[in-house]
Amino acid sequence: MAHAAAHSGEHAHDHDHEHDHESLKTFGFWIFLITDVILFGSLFATYIVLHQNTNGGPTPEELFKMPGIIAETFILLTSSFTSGLAVLGMNKGNLKQLIGWLAVTVVLGASFVGLELSEFITMVNHEGATISTSAFLSAFFTLVGTHGLHVSVGLIWMIGLIFQLRRRGITAVTKRKVAVISLYWHFLDVVWIFVFTIVYLMGVM
Amino acid sequence: MSGQHTSSHQNHDAHGSLKSYIIGFALSIILTIIPLVVVMNHMLNKTGTLLVILVMAVLQFGVQLLFFMHVREGENARWNIMALIFGLIILVTIVGGSIWIMTYNQVAH
Repeated sequence: MAHAAAHSGEHAHDHDHEHDHESLKTFGFWIFLITDVILFGSLFATYIVLHQNTNGGPTPEELFKMPGIIAETFILLTSSFTSGLAVLGMNKGNLKQLIGWLAVTVVLGASFVGLELSEFITMVNHEGATISTSAFLSAFFTLVGTHGLHVSVGLIWMIGLIFQLRRRGITAVTKRKVAVISLYWHFLDVVWIFVFTIVYLMGVM
Repeated sequence: MSGQHTSSHQNHDAHGSLKSYIIGFALSIILTIIPLVVVMNHMLNKTGTLLVILVMAVLQFGVQLLFFMHVREGENARWNIMALIFGLIILVTIVGGSIWIMTYNQVAH
Protein backbone atom coordinates (compact mmCIF):
# COMPACT_ATOMS: atom_id res chain seq x y z
CA MET A 1 0.00 0.00 0.00
CA ALA A 2 3.07 2.21 0.14
CA HIS A 3 2.82 1.81 -3.60
CA ALA A 4 -0.74 3.14 -3.65
CA ALA A 5 0.26 6.10 -1.46
CA ALA A 6 3.08 6.97 -3.86
CA HIS A 7 0.52 7.03 -6.65
CA SER A 8 -1.73 9.58 -4.98
CA GLY A 9 1.37 11.70 -4.42
CA GLU A 10 2.14 11.74 -8.13
CA HIS A 11 -1.16 13.25 -9.13
CA ALA A 12 -3.30 14.41 -6.27
CA HIS A 13 -6.72 14.55 -7.90
CA ASP A 14 -9.90 13.58 -6.10
CA HIS A 15 -10.24 11.00 -8.81
CA ASP A 16 -7.07 9.27 -7.66
CA HIS A 17 -8.19 9.19 -4.05
CA GLU A 18 -11.32 7.43 -5.19
CA HIS A 19 -9.17 5.15 -7.32
CA ASP A 20 -6.95 4.22 -4.34
CA HIS A 21 -10.01 3.65 -2.23
CA GLU A 22 -11.49 1.25 -4.78
CA SER A 23 -8.21 -0.64 -5.25
CA LEU A 24 -7.91 -0.99 -1.47
CA LYS A 25 -11.39 -2.49 -1.41
CA THR A 26 -10.32 -5.01 -4.07
CA PHE A 27 -7.37 -5.94 -1.84
CA GLY A 28 -9.79 -6.32 1.07
CA PHE A 29 -11.75 -8.75 -1.06
CA TRP A 30 -8.58 -10.83 -1.57
CA ILE A 31 -8.32 -11.05 2.22
CA PHE A 32 -11.92 -12.29 2.35
CA LEU A 33 -11.08 -14.93 -0.27
CA ILE A 34 -8.14 -16.10 1.87
CA THR A 35 -10.50 -16.60 4.82
CA ASP A 36 -12.80 -18.54 2.49
CA VAL A 37 -9.81 -20.71 1.50
CA ILE A 38 -9.41 -21.56 5.18
CA LEU A 39 -13.15 -22.31 5.55
CA PHE A 40 -13.13 -24.67 2.57
CA GLY A 41 -9.80 -26.15 3.72
CA SER A 42 -11.41 -27.16 7.02
CA LEU A 43 -14.37 -28.73 5.21
CA PHE A 44 -12.03 -30.60 2.84
CA ALA A 45 -9.96 -31.84 5.80
CA THR A 46 -13.16 -33.08 7.47
CA TYR A 47 -14.29 -34.83 4.30
CA ILE A 48 -10.92 -36.50 3.72
CA VAL A 49 -10.80 -37.76 7.30
CA LEU A 50 -14.43 -39.04 7.31
CA HIS A 51 -15.04 -40.24 3.75
CA GLN A 52 -14.45 -43.92 4.49
CA ASN A 53 -16.91 -44.00 7.38
CA THR A 54 -20.05 -44.99 5.47
CA ASN A 55 -21.80 -46.71 8.41
CA GLY A 56 -23.20 -49.44 6.16
CA GLY A 57 -24.83 -46.80 3.93
CA PRO A 58 -24.09 -46.12 0.27
CA THR A 59 -20.43 -45.66 -0.73
CA PRO A 60 -19.09 -42.93 -3.05
CA GLU A 61 -18.79 -45.47 -5.91
CA GLU A 62 -22.48 -46.35 -5.61
CA LEU A 63 -23.69 -42.77 -5.24
CA PHE A 64 -21.79 -40.61 -7.70
CA LYS A 65 -23.17 -40.38 -11.24
CA MET A 66 -20.26 -39.09 -13.29
CA PRO A 67 -22.12 -37.78 -16.41
CA GLY A 68 -23.96 -35.18 -14.31
CA ILE A 69 -20.78 -34.24 -12.43
CA ILE A 70 -18.82 -33.84 -15.68
CA ALA A 71 -21.57 -31.59 -17.09
CA GLU A 72 -21.50 -29.47 -13.90
CA THR A 73 -17.71 -29.16 -14.14
CA PHE A 74 -17.67 -27.97 -17.74
CA ILE A 75 -20.57 -25.58 -17.13
CA LEU A 76 -18.70 -23.98 -14.23
CA LEU A 77 -15.40 -23.81 -16.16
CA THR A 78 -17.22 -22.08 -19.03
CA SER A 79 -18.92 -19.64 -16.66
CA SER A 80 -15.50 -18.71 -15.24
CA PHE A 81 -14.41 -17.89 -18.80
CA THR A 82 -17.56 -15.85 -19.59
CA SER A 83 -17.18 -13.81 -16.38
CA GLY A 84 -13.66 -13.04 -17.64
CA LEU A 85 -15.12 -11.92 -20.98
CA ALA A 86 -17.45 -9.59 -19.03
CA VAL A 87 -14.39 -7.94 -17.43
CA LEU A 88 -12.77 -7.60 -20.88
CA GLY A 89 -15.93 -5.88 -22.15
CA MET A 90 -15.83 -3.54 -19.16
CA ASN A 91 -12.15 -2.65 -19.76
CA LYS A 92 -13.13 -1.67 -23.30
CA GLY A 93 -15.91 0.49 -21.85
CA ASN A 94 -18.55 -1.62 -23.58
CA LEU A 95 -21.53 -1.75 -21.20
CA LYS A 96 -23.64 -3.94 -23.47
CA GLN A 97 -20.90 -6.57 -23.73
CA LEU A 98 -20.30 -6.41 -19.96
CA ILE A 99 -23.96 -6.96 -19.07
CA GLY A 100 -24.40 -9.58 -21.80
CA TRP A 101 -21.53 -11.77 -20.60
CA LEU A 102 -22.60 -11.33 -16.97
CA ALA A 103 -26.07 -12.55 -17.98
CA VAL A 104 -24.55 -15.59 -19.73
CA THR A 105 -22.53 -16.28 -16.55
CA VAL A 106 -25.72 -16.10 -14.47
CA VAL A 107 -27.48 -18.58 -16.79
CA LEU A 108 -24.52 -21.01 -16.63
CA GLY A 109 -24.26 -20.61 -12.85
CA ALA A 110 -27.99 -21.24 -12.46
CA SER A 111 -27.81 -24.42 -14.54
CA PHE A 112 -24.89 -25.58 -12.38
CA VAL A 113 -26.93 -25.05 -9.21
CA GLY A 114 -29.94 -26.73 -10.85
CA LEU A 115 -27.92 -29.83 -11.78
CA GLU A 116 -26.42 -30.01 -8.31
CA LEU A 117 -29.82 -29.72 -6.64
CA SER A 118 -31.27 -32.49 -8.81
CA GLU A 119 -28.23 -34.63 -7.95
CA PHE A 120 -28.86 -34.05 -4.22
CA ILE A 121 -32.61 -34.76 -4.59
CA THR A 122 -31.90 -38.04 -6.43
CA MET A 123 -29.47 -39.07 -3.68
CA VAL A 124 -31.93 -38.35 -0.88
CA ASN A 125 -35.12 -39.67 -2.55
CA HIS A 126 -33.88 -42.64 -4.57
CA GLU A 127 -30.84 -43.85 -2.67
CA GLY A 128 -31.88 -42.88 0.87
CA ALA A 129 -28.57 -41.03 1.25
CA THR A 130 -29.37 -38.15 3.60
CA ILE A 131 -27.02 -35.90 5.55
CA SER A 132 -27.58 -38.03 8.67
CA THR A 133 -27.01 -41.43 7.02
CA SER A 134 -23.26 -41.60 7.66
CA ALA A 135 -20.24 -39.52 8.55
CA PHE A 136 -19.22 -39.65 4.89
CA LEU A 137 -22.54 -38.16 3.76
CA SER A 138 -22.54 -35.51 6.53
CA ALA A 139 -19.12 -34.34 5.36
CA PHE A 140 -20.13 -34.65 1.68
CA PHE A 141 -23.32 -32.59 1.91
CA THR A 142 -21.62 -29.95 4.09
CA LEU A 143 -18.66 -29.50 1.73
CA VAL A 144 -20.50 -29.66 -1.61
CA GLY A 145 -23.51 -27.80 -0.18
CA THR A 146 -21.33 -24.94 1.10
CA HIS A 147 -19.86 -24.57 -2.38
CA GLY A 148 -23.35 -24.64 -3.92
CA LEU A 149 -24.48 -21.99 -1.43
CA HIS A 150 -21.53 -19.79 -2.44
CA VAL A 151 -22.50 -20.15 -6.10
CA SER A 152 -26.14 -19.29 -5.30
CA VAL A 153 -25.12 -16.18 -3.34
CA GLY A 154 -22.86 -15.19 -6.26
CA LEU A 155 -25.85 -15.50 -8.63
CA ILE A 156 -28.03 -13.17 -6.53
CA TRP A 157 -25.10 -10.75 -6.23
CA MET A 158 -24.49 -10.81 -9.99
CA ILE A 159 -28.14 -10.20 -10.85
CA GLY A 160 -28.16 -7.23 -8.44
CA LEU A 161 -25.01 -5.90 -10.05
CA ILE A 162 -26.55 -6.16 -13.54
CA PHE A 163 -29.43 -3.93 -12.36
CA GLN A 164 -26.97 -1.45 -10.86
CA LEU A 165 -24.88 -1.41 -14.05
CA ARG A 166 -27.98 -0.65 -16.11
CA ARG A 167 -28.80 2.30 -13.86
CA ARG A 168 -25.32 3.76 -13.29
CA GLY A 169 -23.23 2.51 -16.20
CA ILE A 170 -19.49 1.90 -15.88
CA THR A 171 -18.04 4.06 -13.07
CA ALA A 172 -15.04 3.62 -10.77
CA VAL A 173 -17.32 2.00 -8.20
CA THR A 174 -19.16 -0.37 -10.52
CA LYS A 175 -15.82 -1.29 -12.15
CA ARG A 176 -14.47 -2.41 -8.79
CA LYS A 177 -17.68 -4.33 -8.11
CA VAL A 178 -17.40 -6.21 -11.41
CA ALA A 179 -13.70 -6.95 -10.76
CA VAL A 180 -14.57 -8.27 -7.30
CA ILE A 181 -17.43 -10.54 -8.38
CA SER A 182 -15.31 -11.92 -11.19
CA LEU A 183 -12.58 -12.75 -8.64
CA TYR A 184 -15.23 -14.43 -6.49
CA TRP A 185 -16.49 -16.45 -9.46
CA HIS A 186 -13.01 -17.65 -10.50
CA PHE A 187 -12.37 -18.56 -6.87
CA LEU A 188 -15.51 -20.73 -6.77
CA ASP A 189 -14.29 -22.43 -9.92
CA VAL A 190 -10.97 -23.22 -8.18
CA VAL A 191 -12.84 -24.67 -5.17
CA TRP A 192 -15.00 -26.77 -7.52
CA ILE A 193 -11.87 -28.19 -9.21
CA PHE A 194 -10.81 -29.53 -5.83
CA VAL A 195 -14.33 -30.81 -5.05
CA PHE A 196 -14.32 -32.54 -8.44
CA THR A 197 -10.87 -34.07 -7.84
CA ILE A 198 -10.99 -34.97 -4.16
CA VAL A 199 -14.67 -35.87 -3.77
CA TYR A 200 -15.82 -37.19 -7.14
CA LEU A 201 -12.73 -38.45 -9.02
CA MET A 202 -11.21 -40.03 -5.90
CA GLY A 203 -14.65 -41.36 -4.96
CA VAL A 204 -15.08 -43.35 -8.18
CA MET A 205 -11.40 -44.27 -8.59
CA MET B 1 -9.82 1.59 -11.78
CA SER B 2 -9.65 4.89 -13.64
CA GLY B 3 -7.02 4.42 -16.27
CA GLN B 4 -7.29 7.26 -18.78
CA HIS B 5 -4.68 9.75 -17.57
CA THR B 6 -1.24 8.14 -17.38
CA SER B 7 0.41 5.23 -19.07
CA SER B 8 1.36 3.70 -15.73
CA HIS B 9 -2.30 3.56 -14.86
CA GLN B 10 -3.12 2.03 -18.18
CA ASN B 11 -0.80 -0.85 -17.33
CA HIS B 12 -2.74 -1.55 -14.16
CA ASP B 13 -5.89 -1.66 -16.22
CA ALA B 14 -4.49 -4.26 -18.59
CA HIS B 15 -6.31 -7.12 -16.89
CA GLY B 16 -5.71 -9.78 -19.47
CA SER B 17 -6.51 -9.87 -23.16
CA LEU B 18 -8.95 -12.02 -25.07
CA LYS B 19 -6.01 -14.18 -26.09
CA SER B 20 -4.87 -14.87 -22.52
CA TYR B 21 -8.45 -15.68 -21.49
CA ILE B 22 -8.84 -18.14 -24.36
CA ILE B 23 -5.48 -19.79 -23.54
CA GLY B 24 -6.52 -20.03 -19.88
CA PHE B 25 -9.89 -21.53 -20.80
CA ALA B 26 -8.33 -24.07 -23.20
CA LEU B 27 -5.74 -25.07 -20.58
CA SER B 28 -8.41 -25.50 -17.90
CA ILE B 29 -10.46 -27.74 -20.23
CA ILE B 30 -7.40 -29.87 -21.05
CA LEU B 31 -6.44 -30.09 -17.37
CA THR B 32 -9.98 -31.35 -16.61
CA ILE B 33 -10.14 -33.90 -19.42
CA ILE B 34 -6.76 -35.56 -18.59
CA PRO B 35 -7.69 -36.67 -15.03
CA LEU B 36 -11.19 -37.66 -16.23
CA VAL B 37 -9.79 -39.95 -18.93
CA VAL B 38 -7.23 -41.43 -16.54
CA VAL B 39 -9.85 -42.18 -13.87
CA MET B 40 -12.74 -43.36 -16.08
CA ASN B 41 -10.57 -45.77 -18.11
CA HIS B 42 -8.58 -47.05 -15.10
CA MET B 43 -5.37 -46.34 -16.99
CA LEU B 44 -3.01 -46.28 -13.99
CA ASN B 45 -2.66 -47.96 -10.62
CA LYS B 46 -3.97 -46.27 -7.49
CA THR B 47 -0.88 -44.24 -6.61
CA GLY B 48 -0.34 -43.17 -10.23
CA THR B 49 -3.95 -42.05 -10.62
CA LEU B 50 -3.86 -40.12 -7.34
CA LEU B 51 -0.65 -38.40 -8.38
CA VAL B 52 -1.99 -37.46 -11.83
CA ILE B 53 -5.32 -36.06 -10.64
CA LEU B 54 -3.76 -34.07 -7.77
CA VAL B 55 -1.07 -32.59 -10.03
CA MET B 56 -3.74 -31.64 -12.60
CA ALA B 57 -5.86 -29.96 -9.89
CA VAL B 58 -2.89 -27.92 -8.66
CA LEU B 59 -1.95 -26.90 -12.23
CA GLN B 60 -5.57 -25.92 -12.83
CA PHE B 61 -5.43 -23.77 -9.69
CA GLY B 62 -2.34 -22.05 -11.13
CA VAL B 63 -4.05 -21.48 -14.48
CA GLN B 64 -7.05 -19.83 -12.82
CA LEU B 65 -4.80 -17.65 -10.64
CA LEU B 66 -2.57 -16.46 -13.49
CA PHE B 67 -4.92 -16.24 -16.48
CA PHE B 68 -8.24 -15.37 -14.83
CA MET B 69 -7.58 -13.87 -11.39
CA HIS B 70 -4.47 -11.95 -12.54
CA VAL B 71 -2.72 -12.51 -9.26
CA ARG B 72 0.50 -10.94 -10.58
CA GLU B 73 -1.11 -7.79 -11.96
CA GLY B 74 -2.58 -4.69 -10.35
CA GLU B 75 -0.97 -2.38 -7.83
CA ASN B 76 -1.64 -4.66 -4.87
CA ALA B 77 -0.13 -7.70 -6.58
CA ARG B 78 2.63 -8.17 -4.00
CA TRP B 79 0.15 -8.00 -1.12
CA ASN B 80 -2.25 -10.35 -2.91
CA ILE B 81 0.51 -12.91 -3.31
CA MET B 82 1.65 -12.57 0.30
CA ALA B 83 -1.93 -13.01 1.54
CA LEU B 84 -2.27 -16.01 -0.76
CA ILE B 85 0.93 -17.64 0.51
CA PHE B 86 -0.18 -17.04 4.10
CA GLY B 87 -3.55 -18.63 3.30
CA LEU B 88 -1.89 -21.63 1.66
CA ILE B 89 0.35 -22.20 4.69
CA ILE B 90 -2.72 -22.31 6.95
CA LEU B 91 -4.50 -24.52 4.40
CA VAL B 92 -1.66 -27.05 4.29
CA THR B 93 -1.47 -27.01 8.10
CA ILE B 94 -5.20 -27.68 8.52
CA VAL B 95 -5.59 -30.31 5.79
CA GLY B 96 -2.20 -32.00 6.19
CA GLY B 97 -2.37 -31.86 9.99
CA SER B 98 -5.89 -33.33 10.09
CA ILE B 99 -5.00 -36.22 7.79
CA TRP B 100 -1.77 -36.91 9.63
CA ILE B 101 -3.24 -37.00 13.12
CA MET B 102 -6.32 -39.00 12.09
CA THR B 103 -4.16 -41.56 10.26
CA TYR B 104 -1.44 -42.07 12.85
CA ASN B 105 -3.21 -41.41 16.15
CA GLN B 106 -3.31 -45.03 17.28
CA VAL B 107 -4.10 -44.08 20.89
CA ALA B 108 -7.67 -43.24 19.91
CA HIS B 109 -8.41 -46.76 18.69
